[in-house]
Amino acid sequence: MQTTVNLWPLIGVLVIVIGFVLRFNPMLVVALAALVTGFAAFMPFETILATIGEGFVKTRALPLIILLPLAVIGLLERHGLREHAQNWIAKIRTATVGRLLIFYLFVRELTAALGLTSLGGHPQMVRPLLAPMAEGAAENRYGKLPEKIRYKLLALCAATDNIGLFFGEDIFVAFGAIALMHTFLLGSNIDVEPLHIAVWGIPTAICAFIIHAIRLKRFNSQLERELGGKRLDADHTPIGRQE
Amino acid sequence: MILSIQYLYWLAGIILAITAIMTFADRQHPKRWTTGVFWALFSLVFLVGDLLPPAWVGVGVLVMAVIAGTGGVGLGKHGELPAEKRQASALRLKNKLFIPALAIPLVTVIGSVVVKDLHIGGLPLLDPKNTTFVSLGVGCLVSLALACWLTRDTPVQSMRESRRLTEALGWAMVLPQMLAMLGLLFNDAGVGKAVAHLTTAYINMDFRFVAVTVYVVGMALFTIIMGNGFAAFPVMTGGVGVPILVGQYDANPAVMAAIGMFSGYCGTLMTPMAANFNIVPAALLNLPDKNSVIKAQIPTALSLLAVNIMLLYILM
Repeated sequence: MQTTVNLWPLIGVLVIVIGFVLRFNPMLVVALAALVTGFAAFMPFETILATIGEGFVKTRALPLIILLPLAVIGLLERHGLREHAQNWIAKIRTATVGRLLIFYLFVRELTAALGLTSLGGHPQMVRPLLAPMAEGAAENRYGKLPEKIRYKLLALCAATDNIGLFFGEDIFVAFGAIALMHTFLLGSNIDVEPLHIAVWGIPTAICAFIIHAIRLKRFNSQLERELGGKRLDADHTPIGRQE
Repeated sequence: MILSIQYLYWLAGIILAITAIMTFADRQHPKRWTTGVFWALFSLVFLVGDLLPPAWVGVGVLVMAVIAGTGGVGLGKHGELPAEKRQASALRLKNKLFIPALAIPLVTVIGSVVVKDLHIGGLPLLDPKNTTFVSLGVGCLVSLALACWLTRDTPVQSMRESRRLTEALGWAMVLPQMLAMLGLLFNDAGVGKAVAHLTTAYINMDFRFVAVTVYVVGMALFTIIMGNGFAAFPVMTGGVGVPILVGQYDANPAVMAAIGMFSGYCGTLMTPMAANFNIVPAALLNLPDKNSVIKAQIPTALSLLAVNIMLLYILM
């Protein structure tokens, strides 16, 4: 069979899939996939090394978002930021995990839609503030959480930040993705107003909010069902409790 | 420009170099040398990465991958304050603790929205191509000054804390960059073309609904493989979207593009390849299962993907 497309580089994808499924260390899997893909595309070894190096230097900005806030967040944690976030949420009697996360989802998606994408994020918002608050809200009602539920709660905090960000940012006209779509369509001789692309994202954005909010509400009911019986003792937990 | 992103690379390089030196100096560290070399190599990428021959950097990257893959990146001991002390400090400082934490996003937003177009003496104040990154850097420095002042602690302590969190993250901090590098290499090697060829050559798209499903699911699948919706969009839209949805079925291109990209984002929610959104948070929250954030996202992503098929079918 004759095709003009070289299908060999797909072996790189295969390496990734197998590596992730078998749970090898991801760094090693990615490095291996890079080498295999390079060989499959008939690149000489030196070119592969240079392509890896060049790509790695070109994408240096990525880890900045994670690395730079760590010094401040670490220092504040040393002085009780997470404890205070828990104490603070404990004072709001009506706060539940569901309400807190749905509120965060709403604000995150709305502000991202207005272009304020940096108002959240995992190192600077989820770890120091959102996660301890959600945990505090849950512990306040049900006492200490079983390990499994605690992990699920923390994972949901991170998920909520991602979902709010993703489905908000793409309906902001000046966002890079809109420019990318606009430019690509222009290249195919289709001229669409960037504003139209942004507006037609709104139905999906609303559905994303509804679907995830329903899931958060159901998680809250699950907590209530499984741990609700403990509520009586939890009512008397002192605010200055230890972890 | 006055504040270039280059300064941030140097700053990151210095922070990582300090982390490496502290690790080398830590006699109690179970994996002192390999961990130190790992962070030292990473710091070199920031300090001199653009000056070195790319092939050398490539070798360094492979060495880092081998160290990480053989479990060579470890955790040192850190003198954390006991829980009572942290609680006492929390009760003393109260809401003041929120100020530096909220200053990071606040300064970043002000920088990337308001200060963006500010020129001083004809030069832009912030690197125009990287306003958000530079604003984030400034935000972190402002916030660090505030935090040191409020807690009466020292910048040296903040470096110790930075090292504590960096070591806790371990190789997960480097993974997003590795994957972005792989994405570029996939492009050079023509992986996108091969995938587009497979999806378009073997599926019969004579039915409108099938074509819509192929486009939506293809965007998600391709994003799962590449870890990035931006890489999937040109491939799937060029392969299916423009020729078939617009060309054959007269779709509104704005609807197609908007819903197509969002379908890609559904893929982002389900893939370990999008490490900075899915793997790094699991590491930051100390979750034992590195895939737990993905697992929490899959139900939302799959429901939304089904909704997207219906929306595109009805609206286009």
